[in-house]
Amino acid sequence: MNVFRTLHPQTLRILALAAVLALTVLFFTTQIDNYFSPRMLNRIATSAAVILPIAIGQALVVMTRNIDLSVGSVVGITAYLVGDYLGSHPDINPFLAFSLFIVLGAFCGAINGVLVAYGRVPSIIVTLGTLALYRTFLVEYSGSRTITTDSLPKWLVDLPQATAFTIGSFEVRVMVVMALASAIVFWIALSRLRVARKLYAVGSNPDAAVMAGINSARVVFVAFILSGALAGLAGFIFLSKFGNITVVAGLGFELKSVAAVVVGGVNIFGGSGSIVGVILGTVLVDTIDNSLTRWAIVSEFWRDALLGMLIMIAVAADTFMTRSFGKLKGKTP
Amino acid sequence: MMAKLKSWEGLLLLILVVTIAANVMLAPHFLTMQNQINLFQLSNEKIIVALVMTFIIINGEIDLSVASMMGLSACAFGVLVTAGVPAGLAMVICLAAGAIGGAFNAFMITYVGIPSLVVTLAMLIGFRGFARVLLEDQGLGNFPQWVNDLGRNAFLGPLPLALVIFVVLLVVCGVILHRTGFGREVYVIGNNAEVARYSGVRVGRVKSILFIASGVVSALAGLLYAARLASVRGDAATGFELDIITMVLLGGVSIFGGKGTMVGVVLSILVVLNLRNGMALTNITGHIQTGVIGMLLIISVLGPNLVQRLQSMRKPGAA
Repeated sequence: MNVFRTLHPQTLRILALAAVLALTVLFFTTQIDNYFSPRMLNRIATSAAVILPIAIGQALVVMTRNIDLSVGSVVGITAYLVGDYLGSHPDINPFLAFSLFIVLGAFCGAINGVLVAYGRVPSIIVTLGTLALYRTFLVEYSGSRTITTDSLPKWLVDLPQATAFTIGSFEVRVMVVMALASAIVFWIALSRLRVARKLYAVGSNPDAAVMAGINSARVVFVAFILSGALAGLAGFIFLSKFGNITVVAGLGFELKSVAAVVVGGVNIFGGSGSIVGVILGTVLVDTIDNSLTRWAIVSEFWRDALLGMLIMIAVAADTFMTRSFGKLKGKTP
Repeated sequence: MMAKLKSWEGLLLLILVVTIAANVMLAPHFLTMQNQINLFQLSNEKIIVALVMTFIIINGEIDLSVASMMGLSACAFGVLVTAGVPAGLAMVICLAAGAIGGAFNAFMITYVGIPSLVVTLAMLIGFRGFARVLLEDQGLGNFPQWVNDLGRNAFLGPLPLALVIFVVLLVVCGVILHRTGFGREVYVIGNNAEVARYSGVRVGRVKSILFIASGVVSALAGLLYAARLASVRGDAATGFELDIITMVLLGGVSIFGGKGTMVGVVLSILVVLNLRNGMALTNITGHIQTGVIGMLLIISVLGPNLVQRLQSMRKPGAA
C-alpha cells in the first residue's frame, strides 16, 4: 500500500493502462499466428498514426471542459480538398502542401473556436452542427467524385512505405514518426510550458482561472484551433495512407478520438489528463480494432461491441480507482 | 402578447409560419393531405425518441445511444422472426432488451457515477456493435404481413400507427413534464442536482426511470422503423441521434439542463420536418438539408446569446 500512496494517481493510471495494453498484446499473441511480427506491428502503428493527432487535439479540447465532435469531418475536408488541389497542382512544394493541410484544418477549428469561446454556444452544439456542415460542404463540393492515387504527386503516394529508421526487423514508418512527434511536442508543452498549463487551469475551474488573470475565452479558442490543425495533420496522413479518397473520409473518427481520449484517462469534465495516457489509449483502441479482424475465434463483427464494452470498463475502473485513492489519502472524493 | 412573442417558442412559431408559407408558395403539392402525412412518415421514429430525449436533456443528462438501440432492437426483431419466434413475442423481447439496455446506462450513470456523455457514447458503439453481431453483413426481411401493414398502412383514419403513437406519447409526456411532481423533479435536478438531493428528491431514481424509458422508447422506435422499411440491416438508424438531439435543442431545451418546454420541442420538430420536406419538394438534396439543420442548430443558440449581450451592453451594470 505504501507504494500506492507515494505514486501520483495519474502515474498509476498510466501504469494500469500500460499493463492492460501489454496483457492485450500478450493475449492476442497466443491467439493469432505470427501476431508479434513486424508486419502486424506496422499495421497497428500506421493505423494508430491516423487517429493519434486527432486524439491529441480532442484531449486538448476536452481538458478545457469542451468537446470537438467535428474532427472526423475536418479530416475528411482537409484530405479531400487538399488532395483535389494536389491533383491539379502536382508540382507544388511538399512543405507548402503539408502546411495547406494544417492551415485548412486550423481554419475549420477556428470557426468552432469563435462560436464556442466568443459566441458562448456550448461546444457540443457547435461541433454537432459543424460535424454536419463541414460534411455537407464536402459532399456538395465533391459532386461525388473520388480522389484517386494516380492523381496524387509521387512523394505523397510513396510516403506510407517510407521508413524513418529501423529497430531490429521493425521498420518505423515516417508517418508514424510524424504522429508521434506531434504527440511529443504537446506532451512536453503540457508538462513544461506555463502557457499550456492554462488549459488545465481553465478546465479545472473556469471562474478561478479568470480571477487568476487567465483569458479563458482565448485559451478555449486556441484549443479548438489546435484541434483543427491536428485534424489537418490526420487528414494529411489519411490521404497519403489510403490514396483513394471519397466524401466519407474520416466518417466516425470523432467517436474513435473521444474513445481514445477517455480510455487514456482524460477527465471528460476537464482539468486533467496526460498526453502519454492519450497515446496509450489510442494504441490500445487500435490494437483491439486491428487484432479482432484477424482473430479466428470471434467474427470481426464483434469489434464494435467489444470496443464499446472496453471503453465502459476503462472508465468504470478509472472512476473506482480515483475514488479509492481519494479514500486512501484521507480526502473525500 | 409581446412577451409571448419574444420567447423562444414565439420565435419558433414565427419560423414555422415563414417556412410553411414559403413551402406553400414554392411547392404546390405541399398542402395535400398525403404530403402532410409524408412529412411525418419519414421521421416518425425520430420524433418519438425526441420526446423522451427532452426529459433527459432537461434533467441535465444526454443519451447518445438511442439510435444504436433503435438499430439493435430492429436487428433483434429481424433475427427472432427469422428464427421462427412469433412476431408479437419478438416485439416484447425487443422492448425488454430496450429496458435492459436503458437500465445498464442508468446503472453506470447513477451508481458507478460516470458522466452520461461517456456512458452513452460507449453504448452508441456497443449497442451498434451487438446489432452488427446479430446480423453481420446480411439484411433480413420476410416479416409477417401484418407487421409490414402496421408499418406502412393507415392505422387510424389516414394516420399511420407510428404517428398515432407519437401523438399519444406527446400528450402523456407533456402532462408528465408540466403537470406532475415527477416533471418538477426533472427540472429541479436539471437546475441543480446537489440542491435537489438535499431537498429529498431521489435523483438516482428519477434518472434511472428516464434512461430506462429512453431505452424502451428507442426499442419501440426501432421496431416501427423495421416495420416501415419491412427489412433490417446492421446499420439501421445510424446517426439518428444527431437529428433527435438537434430537434430537442432547437426547441429551446438547454443543454445544461433545467430549461425547456414540450411546446418548444413540438414546434421545433414541426420546423425541422417542414424545412426538410420543403427542401425535398424543391429538389434540394438530403446532404444540404442536413447542413441547413446543422446551421439552424448553431444559430438557434448563438442568436439569443448575441441579443442578450447587446442588451446588457445597452444598460451598463446589468451584466
